[in-house]
Amino acid sequence: MFRPLEPIGPGARAALGLAFFAAFVAVWAFATLGGYVSPTFLADPLTMVEQGRLLLVKHNFILDIGMTIWRVVGGFVLAAVVAVPLGILMGAFKPIEALFEPFVSFARYLPASAFIPLLILWAGIGELEKLLVIFIGSFFQLVLMVAISVGGTRRDLVEAAYTLGSSDGGIVGRVLIPANAPEIAETLRLVLGWAWTYVIVAELIGSSSGIGHMIVDSQALLNTGQIIFGIIVIGLIGLISDFLFKAANRALFPWRFA
Amino acid sequence: MSGLKLEIDKVGRVFPGAGGRTATVALQPTTLSVGANDFITILGPSGCGKSTLLRIVAGLDRQNEGEVRLDGRAVTGPGRDRGMVFQSYTLFPWLTVEENIAFGLKESGVSATERAKIVASYVEKVGLKGFERHWPKQLSGGMQQRTAIARALANDPEILLLDEPFGALDNQTRALMQELLLGIWERERKTVLFVTHDIEESLFLASRVLVMTARPGRIKSDIAVDLPYPRTYKIKTTAAFVALKERLTEEIRAEAIKADAQ
Repeated sequence: MFRPLEPIGPGARAALGLAFFAAFVAVWAFATLGGYVSPTFLADPLTMVEQGRLLLVKHNFILDIGMTIWRVVGGFVLAAVVAVPLGILMGAFKPIEALFEPFVSFARYLPASAFIPLLILWAGIGELEKLLVIFIGSFFQLVLMVAISVGGTRRDLVEAAYTLGSSDGGIVGRVLIPANAPEIAETLRLVLGWAWTYVIVAELIGSSSGIGHMIVDSQALLNTGQIIFGIIVIGLIGLISDFLFKAANRALFPWRFA
Repeated sequence: MSGLKLEIDKVGRVFPGAGGRTATVALQPTTLSVGANDFITILGPSGCGKSTLLRIVAGLDRQNEGEVRLDGRAVTGPGRDRGMVFQSYTLFPWLTVEENIAFGLKESGVSATERAKIVASYVEKVGLKGFERHWPKQLSGGMQQRTAIARALANDPEILLLDEPFGALDNQTRALMQELLLGIWERERKTVLFVTHDIEESLFLASRVLVMTARPGRIKSDIAVDLPYPRTYKIKTTAAFVALKERLTEEIRAEAIKADAQ
């Protein structure tokens, strides 16, 4: 059973995956409902569900969720629109890479959350500030990862295209981009996950709407049920967006999955 | 043989030594004339510079001295007049078989209807009917190389360059591929430059075999193969073929021993 790299069946895989979720909730329920942990610090699962229902029905939580999704998608799309073409150019043309790569490598380590106070000074606590946080958090990562994918394109494919009459521009458009499109999509999926962290941080610090804002409000009211519900909602949205990305990749790049 | 197609004029290549190491002479100044419609194989031990020579002709590598001329014009970079088939599988994985074959035609702006006609004829010639919509990863190695040959030929190049195209295939598949390539050449009479380290392969295909020395490479002998075309696998057991094979075996063996001692 524990032979290294031995595959398992799809039924067993699903069952084991679900089993851990169940075990996790069971331990949580045992600790809280059994009275081992004070409800002030950790709500039990039933309270969490009830608080979640109240949030949705009475407090228009769905608007907060929409607000947060809009911010993530907005900031992320802005970053991707600039970062992906720049990354492709850096991967394809070494002088462009030499110009930007050192700076991008440095900027990548600047924590987006540390910019929040500065961004609030510059842009206030409105939507622009939220978008900028996500932009800074994802832009440099995207540029670098896309540049690395494109720069690593198989050289023999490029040479084959040249012998078939491709121009330099043709190499970029009809070899480098299609060859790396799946990696670029995978990079987008990964960095979108990180963008979720940044949006919540931005909303925790100064905001009047969004999931992060609800979480801070609930903390003031010691409503741990709502906090946990908010965190779980973020997890679920992440799961759904991951699933959508994977489905889109399958549809867009059938040659990868044939 | 009608007229001169390709001239290689004192072409030499030195790879500069990096970090204080001495430079490597990959190819001594080499001169070679290839007649139109010739099928020439370049035979040599590994590392003798035969691939370097082919890559210089393709425009993928630069010589340090000398000049390559195709139809009298100097070669300065890669171009569609010199089709190439590589040893590694270089089909574009994101394109189907027919899209791969159409790649060069599309790059040069051939209309879609014309493209479809040319692609269909080459799919037929290399025996890939029924596989037009397959992705490269769904094909065997032999089928991938057949597609690569079709892709190079669909562009109607002046000369076809092949760099050990069947080197990664098993023996049986390789023999079949040689017959397929020879069949296409006998019908279309393209000028072909074919690099290999396989003695039997070089003899079976070529009208002329060039034997290269161990590094630094140069052409050691130029042997005409006066076996009549069309050829089938049956000629491999004829006395004339065996005699030539014996001669080449001796020449190559001496070079292999030298290469091994380096």
